[in-house]
Amino acid sequence: MANAYRYLGKNLPRKDATDIVTGRATFLDDFKPAGMLYGKALRSPHPHALITHIDVSEARQLPNVHAVLTHKDVPPEWLTGLPNHRAVLDRKVRHVGDGVALVAAKTPEIALKALRLIKVEYEVLQPVFDVDEAVKPGAPQLYEQFPGNEFTPGCPVFSPEPFNHVKRGNIEEGFKEADFVVEGTYGYEKFPCPLPPESPAIIARWDTPTDVTIWATTQSPTMLKLIMETKMGDTNIRCISFNVGGSYGNKQTVPMPVFYAAALAKAANRPVKFSLSKAEQLLTYDLRLSNRVHAKIGVRKDGSVSAVQGEWLVDTGVSSDLGQGQIAVGLGEAQVMMAKCKNWDLEGRLIATNRSASGICRGFGGQELKSALIPLWGQAMKKGHLDPVECFKKNFVQPGDGYFWRDGKWWVCREVDYVKTMEETAKKFGWREKWKGWNTPTSVNGTKAVGVGVGVHGNADAGEDESEAYVRLDPFGNAILQCCVAESGMGQRNSLCKMVAEIVQVPLESVRITPSDTLVNPFDFGLAGSRGSRAIGSACTRAASDAIRQLLERAAPVLKVTPEELATKDGMIFVKNNPEITIPWIAVMGPMNTITGMGHYEADYSMPNFMIFFVEVEVDLETGQVEILNIAEGTDVGRIIDPLNLKMQFHGAFGSAGVDSAIYEESILDTETGRIMTGNMIDYKWRPFTDFPPFDTVVLESEFDTHVFKAIGVGEITGAPAPGAILMAISNAVGVDIMDYPATPAVILKTLGKS
Amino acid sequence: MKQDKIRLTVNGSSHDLSIGVNLGEIAPSETLVHTLRETLGLTGAKESCDHGACGCCTVIMDGQAVPSCMVLTVECHGKEITTIEGLQDPETEALDPLQQSFIDNMAFQCGYCTPGIIMTSKALLEKNPRPDEEEIKEALAGNFCRCISQYQVIEAVKQAAKNGR
Ligand code: FES
Ligand code: FES
Repeated sequence: MANAYRYLGKNLPRKDATDIVTGRATFLDDFKPAGMLYGKALRSPHPHALITHIDVSEARQLPNVHAVLTHKDVPPEWLTGLPNHRAVLDRKVRHVGDGVALVAAKTPEIALKALRLIKVEYEVLQPVFDVDEAVKPGAPQLYEQFPGNEFTPGCPVFSPEPFNHVKRGNIEEGFKEADFVVEGTYGYEKFPCPLPPESPAIIARWDTPTDVTIWATTQSPTMLKLIMETKMGDTNIRCISFNVGGSYGNKQTVPMPVFYAAALAKAANRPVKFSLSKAEQLLTYDLRLSNRVHAKIGVRKDGSVSAVQGEWLVDTGVSSDLGQGQIAVGLGEAQVMMAKCKNWDLEGRLIATNRSASGICRGFGGQELKSALIPLWGQAMKKGHLDPVECFKKNFVQPGDGYFWRDGKWWVCREVDYVKTMEETAKKFGWREKWKGWNTPTSVNGTKAVGVGVGVHGNADAGEDESEAYVRLDPFGNAILQCCVAESGMGQRNSLCKMVAEIVQVPLESVRITPSDTLVNPFDFGLAGSRGSRAIGSACTRAASDAIRQLLERAAPVLKVTPEELATKDGMIFVKNNPEITIPWIAVMGPMNTITGMGHYEADYSMPNFMIFFVEVEVDLETGQVEILNIAEGTDVGRIIDPLNLKMQFHGAFGSAGVDSAIYEESILDTETGRIMTGNMIDYKWRPFTDFPPFDTVVLESEFDTHVFKAIGVGEITGAPAPGAILMAISNAVGVDIMDYPATPAVILKTLGKS
Repeated sequence: MKQDKIRLTVNGSSHDLSIGVNLGEIAPSETLVHTLRETLGLTGAKESCDHGACGCCTVIMDGQAVPSCMVLTVECHGKEITTIEGLQDPETEALDPLQQSFIDNMAFQCGYCTPGIIMTSKALLEKNPRPDEEEIKEALAGNFCRCISQYQVIEAVKQAAKNGR
């Protein structure tokens, strides 16, 4: 089909491209309000301890130190976490790197010097690092209010009633119907670091005793405002973001840096910047969730799943930011993947341990659960000699299938059917030729064995939450899009301008978008769950259509026709069947008026998005080294807005977003000392430029009933199906099940009995 | 011999800086990225890891791509430094063909790594105007891009090399 659009589906330079390649793009670190001070934190050397004595008198006397805070000085009503439990500073420290004291000073060096003058005495407590240990009676307790180290279930922003348990059908009957039953413990436990290159940072400035401006490295300013305001007593937040140097879901509410900067700024009565060093980012900021599943699955001969039962223990470290919400989404996504299964008893429990917190990041619970569930399911498929692609086709959600989503409500899938996507991607990858059966290599050449694997993922959050947008037309043929969207790499600000330009029919240069500032924009939940294309896209396109409707209604009497007979292009209004009759917008609006259209989007969880990920690996049987030979990943996006941006979202599957969490990315915790050992970018392993394998993509455009442009977003989930697929490929290559993430050479050689 | 002044040439302009610990002076422990960003207001080079592992702070010094977080400013006396701000034609403001190629190939996402990646690529092309794909990857092995723009970056550098022929 020929593309009839001016902008959609075309690769055009991003509007901010020149700024980015010239170094002019402004990131938070390039901005400094007048009088700004620098904040630094003294951090605990112990994983679990009570502060018995703290003396900050010398630090306070150091010239150019403007504030020194301990747990005695911080606003007591400020509590973050879910449910609220984490103070700005506490008398009890709960992980190595937990905050002990804060300093604001004229320079970072003076702040660091002041920290060295603080004297602290601790009473060291027994720590706990393992989820199964943490829930046992007699285990060390992190919080008085959470006995057994279990956080209260429920995420009120998502659902009024807690949703942490899928219980439906008849589980016993389900297992009776099964031809193959497998039970066991599976994990995805090494909480890798999302590691955006720009470390999380916040600048806070109090404008009145209750109004604070937060300049944040956040991909979602409104989400930060919405959530952090509930944590800070009677505070009104104005949140502004600049270009954000990567986030991957990890820089959303930025909770502790917000607390630190805001508390110091209040005490010093000056703007304070609190930015994490790379070590602090790796050691103290939000990591991926760690999780372990004790579960049982039943599968019929035809590959359909008949029963899923189990306990999903989610280790969120010292604090939960939105962990209960991640459990809710993970449970929803498991049902989307096994949508034909009628019998469920799967419960998620959120557990505290003495390491730095896990928080929000790309994959949001579903990737974690699935990375454990796909290997479990694979064991059952293996028993039945079933082809995993056929099993995914048989089980993945289709119109008419239902699931409980994170709002606790029952949703029935409509519109989207991904069987064709699975088939076409399998074909492109050459699955039929390469798949030789479970634990069977595709080929072996000397010490090199090749194997293939596959995984799937889908997320109904692509239609999540609410968005509002305004589109303002000026008399000179320009459109201003008012929408609170940040730029953290997805090019979404640009894509939304493209959508507006398409509707308003003006050059892309004539569409401008307001800065991502909660004060000047209406509500938008933010970039999360791939919601940008559908949710924000709907609000923006509706606002644009609404503005055009008003414009044409006003033009109709001037041109003595009905509004339906009119159209507009490049700032001119014309009669459709007589384009000679034409007037500029200014003739309708006058020079001193504008027209504003409004658009709104309301959450709809009936259309999950989709990814299928194929991978071929080569394992060196002598060294245990894994090399990825090639990848093919497929989806259906309804309609492509921006081809290259979409392609790069696929590429983003590397790193802790998926692929590399299966083979080498991990945070390594020393359980003797409670320290994470991977606190710099040399010890923390990441994929260098030299190591990127061929990556094929398959994108279908089935034109879904989402909004006028029929698109659905997929960016978040490209990496989510990768870890399970990679373990499958490695197991097939070596002929033995490899079940530990990351499958490092040590893991592989051990399983092969070679070390 | 104790030296209390240094001269840097940055993007063609020379700057005389005093060494010392007082306000406005360059401390002996100060790194070049700090001087560029804080003293000279050239914020294009980004600081990320601050230990030479990510390449976000890369600038070209006497023809060599260097991580400016690993260089002490006091060691830069007499050096010629080019930052991302110095790539455009000073007269016409025209983009360097390499910058244009990054735009044409959409070789960035968040753009935080981009100045460093462009400077590393620029140093490569100056030395080796016709690198093959392996040489491009090798040159960029010290540049971290977490958004995974690597595939597009390689295209962009290849195309710039091709156009430069
Ligand atoms: S900031 Fe200099 S190499 Fe990372
Ligand atoms: S574009 Fe974001 S890190 Fe490279």
